[in-house]
Amino acid sequence: MTQSVVVQVGQCGNQVGCRFWDLALREHSHVNKKGIYDEALSSFFRNVDSRRGVGGSCDITGGRIQSLKARAVLVDMEEGVVNEILQGPLRELFDSTQLITDVSGSGNNWAVGHWTYGSAYREQIVDQLRRAAEHCDCLQCFFLIHSMGGGTGSGLGTCVLKLLEEEFPEVCRIVTSVYPSAEDDVVTSPYNSVLAMRELTEHADCVLPVENQSLVDIVNKIKHMSHSGKPGSVIKKDSAIISGQGGVSGAEKPFDAMNNIVANLLLNITSSARFEGSLNMDLNEIAMNLVPFPRLHYLVPSLTPLYTLADVNIPTRRLDQMFTDAFSKDHQLIRADPKHSLYLACALMVRGNVQVSDLRRNIERLKPMLPFVSWNQEGWKTGLCSVPPVGHSHSLLALANNTCVKSTFMELRDRFTKLYRKKAHMHHYLHVDGMEQGCFTEAISSLSSLIEEYSQLDATKDRLMPDAARLNIAT
Amino acid sequence: MSIVTVQLGQCGNQVGQELFEVISNDANDTQRKVYSECSSERFFNETANRELVARSVLIDMEPKVISQSIAKTAKSGKWRYGDRSHFSQKQGSGNNWANGYCVHGPRHEEVVMDIVRREVEHCDCLAGIVAMMSVAGGTGSGVGTYVTQCLRDAYPNSFILNHLTWPYGTGEVIVQNYNSVLTLSHLYQLSDAILVHENDTVHKICAQLMNIKHISFRDVNKVIAHQLGSVLQPALTGDSHGIYNRNPIGELMSSLVCHPEYKLLSVCNIPQVSSSSMAYSMFTWPGLLKHLRQMLIANSKMEEGTCIDWQVRAPSLQPEGIKRTGSHRRPGFNTSLANLLILRGKDVNNAEISGFQHPSLYTPWLPADEAFSMWKTPVPFNKYEKSAILVSNSQTLLRPLDNMVGKAWNMFASRAYIHQYTKFGISEEDFLDSFTSLEQVISSYSQL
Repeated sequence: MTQSVVVQVGQCGNQVGCRFWDLALREHSHVNKKGIYDEALSSFFRNVDSRRGVGGSCDITGGRIQSLKARAVLVDMEEGVVNEILQGPLRELFDSTQLITDVSGSGNNWAVGHWTYGSAYREQIVDQLRRAAEHCDCLQCFFLIHSMGGGTGSGLGTCVLKLLEEEFPEVCRIVTSVYPSAEDDVVTSPYNSVLAMRELTEHADCVLPVENQSLVDIVNKIKHMSHSGKPGSVIKKDSAIISGQGGVSGAEKPFDAMNNIVANLLLNITSSARFEGSLNMDLNEIAMNLVPFPRLHYLVPSLTPLYTLADVNIPTRRLDQMFTDAFSKDHQLIRADPKHSLYLACALMVRGNVQVSDLRRNIERLKPMLPFVSWNQEGWKTGLCSVPPVGHSHSLLALANNTCVKSTFMELRDRFTKLYRKKAHMHHYLHVDGMEQGCFTEAISSLSSLIEEYSQLDATKDRLMPDAARLNIAT
Repeated sequence: MSIVTVQLGQCGNQVGQELFEVISNDANDTQRKVYSECSSERFFNETANRELVARSVLIDMEPKVISQSIAKTAKSGKWRYGDRSHFSQKQGSGNNWANGYCVHGPRHEEVVMDIVRREVEHCDCLAGIVAMMSVAGGTGSGVGTYVTQCLRDAYPNSFILNHLTWPYGTGEVIVQNYNSVLTLSHLYQLSDAILVHENDTVHKICAQLMNIKHISFRDVNKVIAHQLGSVLQPALTGDSHGIYNRNPIGELMSSLVCHPEYKLLSVCNIPQVSSSSMAYSMFTWPGLLKHLRQMLIANSKMEEGTCIDWQVRAPSLQPEGIKRTGSHRRPGFNTSLANLLILRGKDVNNAEISGFQHPSLYTPWLPADEAFSMWKTPVPFNKYEKSAILVSNSQTLLRPLDNMVGKAWNMFASRAYIHQYTKFGISEEDFLDSFTSLEQVISSYSQL
């Protein structure tokens, strides 16, 4: 069994991370009734005997759970969020050494986050990462959670990404990036996002882009559903993807609903690596199957179901509906339209009591509606995990490598160009040691060439590509 | 003589476990002591406390599947795996053949071969090694190929049979065609024979013949195990005079694989019905054999009338003296190189098998009486009163193989995913070599 380490950077990263740990505990306590520290738990948690003092740990599986510590590194250049975590019910999960904080924040300035704090805290960060890695028997993956629009998550987060590649080149890096919506209130978010994009394209193995607006839409959809009062529309308790019910934390805070969605995304991605199933899908298989060309590693996530209705429904229809939903725009975590773009590859991670025949039936059904690139007409990667998430009997996470992300990037580029043309706010960036004009031009050109790569693949979409001529064998 | 199985990767281990289940149930069911003892000796090692320990080595790069298998069998109490017969690591091969073949294989070679050696030493006499794996993933395919290479080096005079499970055509793993091409091209040089089961075909059997509503991988694996078990369980060969064949794998090879260019074998086993309808089904040898023969020449894997193309007929023989060149290459007609018919069950000596000996079924450059062999036993297999099994070296796998190579080639033309392989040491050159070998195999089978 492998372990993963979560690195949460910045305000957004830490808030999402916080929800992740809460929901992870909830999920494991649901499955693990006997309180034994098993392999599944060890993928994200250490089992520490706090009586033995700092550093004493009995990371043996099979023993009783003593005190769980999250395999995490929390980084924020402002103390507010991290302090809240330390005073909240999850404080036992974190060792004070796992936290790296400063006081004044990055002022929504990528350069400050990346260069100033990046160099100031480099050693400390590397130290903590090494420690977390040493506690792992077999470290498979780093999950980086951050936002793109601000200063710390975006700037320092991408600096940490570079460090992860340098120090642990063999360990997979899966980045969950929250992209700003068009109506973002941070004026410089386009700069921060584009500067961060370059780092993601160069140094991440996989990126799961998430847009705030999509999260808002999903939350609204669920609230609408539960308040509509229609008969048969009562949502089963704790089954909504936005609900933190049953977790450790008490009352819900404002962004909790949206952050729970992202937390659920991470739980579902790792489910097959943690729990058993008839067709296992490990984390390293995700990058292997979904990334045909190194830079095109942006995977559109969709989660279904969003909630489970309290009354009983016809099982098979509900199952098939789940598959259909996964390909609808309402369930995607970014606002792009995959059905009119080209699929390069698609992964379906199913949890719960679903058999291979259900999977095959639905793939056959959906295939004709989804345009796949000519050389990957059957580009489906599937995984079956037998343990469903809390509150559901089954669930599906679809990860699509689809050229529709191009539109998200193009919008980003447009917003960037609007500011850049006027050189608005640039002096804040150029003042920072280590930052130069060149960083901007390189970043935008990296983004443009990424968009160009997607465009070229898109162009093949409606053209009938002939099969490549086979090798001729002399007879 | 004993057979050692090597179970590789998730599929190899899951199917392998079902195989031993089938064999142990079959051997226990029967009142025929000789059959039962022969089967036990072949597949199990009896310990001092009369426990049956499977002659099997379990290998996987991640621990979940193996621990489940071992736990399940320990619970059942009928047989178990050896305590030190398994090897697993923490992190899988990531569906990457290059990772399996270039990294995991060599890294763990010593430990794995140690376990194999110990298992082989427990055998009084080794009949052969059966390596079980899938071709779509990373461990079964990559590590499996490497281990087969090591087995060939360590046991140059033993028979090695590779049992491969081919994935569903519409994808379980996106890079499955690459992994399959790399595996097959290498195994062709290393293995003595390659016995293939395709998930698509087995799935159809489950759906249409056995009427299973919600087909799980367990159902698929059970059918594969049933078919494989029916080939490997004891039988009487033509000249064995009432003693069960001591060299099953060797005889399989000599009957079917007479030329190194032709190593792909497929299995057909009828009848295959749901357990609930077994009590009401009556099968006769003539009925079964007629169906089986038509299934062979029409290249149908299904027994149902609608699935067999009864229009496909064997070509009429040209009179002596006129060379038979392309006359037998009719559309839809499946030409065989060699066939092995295994009959198990009641009244087996009355079965009329001449339909399988007709020269029109076979390629012209091999005399029909050398191309056909038969084994039989009056002992029924796995609760079926009569079973007719055909192991065939024919054009059956030609189309699936061609499709697989075609899709892999298309993907290769755009160089998609290649960076994932080159980073572990498999170059584009290696890919081209593999493609070339398989095109050669396709060409050879096309010209049968």
